Amino acid sequence: MAMARDAGARARGGSRRLAFFMAVLRTHPSFALGYAIVLMVVLLAIFAPWVAPYPPETADPVAFLQPPGWPHLMGTDATGMDIFSRVIWAPRIDLSIAILGTLLSALIGTTLGALVGYYQSVRGLGRFGAGFVMRSADVLQAFPVFVFAIALVAVFGQSLQSIVLAIAFVNAPIYLRLMRTQVMSIRTMRYVEAAWLAGMPDWRIIARHIVPNAMAPVLAQLSVNIGWSVLLTAALSFIGAGVKAPTPEWGSMIAMGYQNIVTGHWWPSIFPGLALAVTVFGFSLVGSSIEVLSDPARRRRLAGRLETVRGIAP
Amino acid sequence: MTLLDVKNLVQHFPTGRGKAVQAVNGVDFTVDAGETLALVGESGSGKTTIGRCVLGLIQPTGGSILFHGEPMGGRRTLRSPELRGRMQLVFQEPAESLDPRIVVGRTIGEPMAALGASRADREKAVRLAAQRVGLPERLLGSYPAELSMGLQQRVGIARAVVSRPELIVLDEPTSALDPSARAEIIDLLIRLQKELGTAYLFISHDLSTVRYLSHRVAVLYLGSIVEQGPSAELFAAPRHPYSVGLLASVLLPNPELRRESTIRLEGEIPSPIDLPPGCPLEGRCPLAIARCREMPPVETVSPGHTVRCWRHADVAQMEQAVDYFERFQIEAERILTPAPSKQEEQWAN
Repeated sequence: MAMARDAGARARGGSRRLAFFMAVLRTHPSFALGYAIVLMVVLLAIFAPWVAPYPPETADPVAFLQPPGWPHLMGTDATGMDIFSRVIWAPRIDLSIAILGTLLSALIGTTLGALVGYYQSVRGLGRFGAGFVMRSADVLQAFPVFVFAIALVAVFGQSLQSIVLAIAFVNAPIYLRLMRTQVMSIRTMRYVEAAWLAGMPDWRIIARHIVPNAMAPVLAQLSVNIGWSVLLTAALSFIGAGVKAPTPEWGSMIAMGYQNIVTGHWWPSIFPGLALAVTVFGFSLVGSSIEVLSDPARRRRLAGRLETVRGIAP
Repeated sequence: MTLLDVKNLVQHFPTGRGKAVQAVNGVDFTVDAGETLALVGESGSGKTTIGRCVLGLIQPTGGSILFHGEPMGGRRTLRSPELRGRMQLVFQEPAESLDPRIVVGRTIGEPMAALGASRADREKAVRLAAQRVGLPERLLGSYPAELSMGLQQRVGIARAVVSRPELIVLDEPTSALDPSARAEIIDLLIRLQKELGTAYLFISHDLSTVRYLSHRVAVLYLGSIVEQGPSAELFAAPRHPYSVGLLASVLLPNPELRRESTIRLEGEIPSPIDLPPGCPLEGRCPLAIARCREMPPVETVSPGHTVRCWRHADVAQMEQAVDYFERFQIEAERILTPAPSKQEEQWAN
């Protein structure tokens, strides 16, 4: 039987969790691939100035549209900028925008979602406010994501803040709905009733009992969403509503290069496109791994299997 | 002193198209300070709903609930400062009643935190409560998943007693536990009542536990109290056909002690939607007569013992008041009191 743990035992619990995580990675190699991709992209973004062989925004007018090879690994574009260096620099912009926008949307969405889920059954203001928020989210989600993002950029001007805001607004309803349904079910849990009966104020019940128990699917969603947001950033830049050239960014690079494809110069578009696809794929894999790790039923099944094979359990 | 006074409590849940689930239909009972009133009945009899109404977790459709002589509801709830921590609850499912992400020591301290106790006071109260329920202090830092079900329920009870409430609603606190843990928890509840003088509203379908723990019993059927009385008397001489049937269904550990009954209830508890106006048991009762289509009045058969049946006098005749009660009590105590030597003797045989 599981008994109490002192501090040392809890540390052992932590290392056991790590062992469980590693075991999951071994049984799901695709998750390991996802983590590897995300780690690589993040590291490249951080160390771009040291890794990239050329400055990303300096054109060499003599060496334009060089095919992939040496010294330009991925060739050069029509203005003579080194594509490899630019592909490596790009996640600095793409990831920052995507992560900032996603975090902002998660913050707005989960906060509103927790409040709506908790108060929607309260007659009067609670029900009215919840209805208002949910209908606003319906309206927001009824617009095609892309049209809505362009409209926001058009209103607030073409700047990094606008793209971040666009991503935040477009994604917030996802977190709103996710959190609302989570809170609605957790709210009826016995331990929430106990805290309520004890006279604990609503905000403390939400902060201490409800939100921590509702966060698992939100975390899984975050990772998937960062992938999407990278895609949205690139797409906005591709149509010219996002990051402007010559700032290194995958979407605008694809846009700059695609006219050259007809003349057989495929490399200015294909390489940033590949980088974009692989990155989104990596974040999706990480998202599904979090979903698996935080689903108690699947976790237990997996743990049972692992225990019989290797003697490791969460 | 009357602590809790429930008068004509009604709880209907609308199901649409003008119909309603009539969960509770005009229930009256009182709980005195320091005593245990058991609400017994099958699932669907409304016993849990009554508990939730008393606690204010749901708003009753009608009737009143007086705590210390003053009505509950509106601004006066368990959450209002003057009543905070004075009525508590122990749940049926120990695991679900504890937040999986919070160490049990903090869970126990929550009612004290809500009372605005200082950190030191809170810790002192938590240690005392843990000691009272027999939860070793070193376990206060563990998470619910690290504890057995019996220990989890001790945590739930510690949380209920930490604020020294006057009344605890026990919502089937032992039905999810295995027999040995159940016996320990029942012993614990009895000891706590002696030490703290807390009144219990004990909701259960397990009659052997009820017998052991409660001073008075109210038997519920389809949202009405069909019989109510001191538990010794009610167990020895039930006056309502339903009580007789319910007692006959108890699986006593010793088959010789099984109540020999002349009344057997057929069928299932009917749907509580659109109840007929008469006695709710009419369709299932072997003693039913034409008059049972009308609701029988509540009649007092002896001090504190009331029954709601047209034929209660006939039931008394049929049930030859054989006092199984004492033997029942002895048997229950033998089973429930931890006595390793006796058990070893049994195993040796």
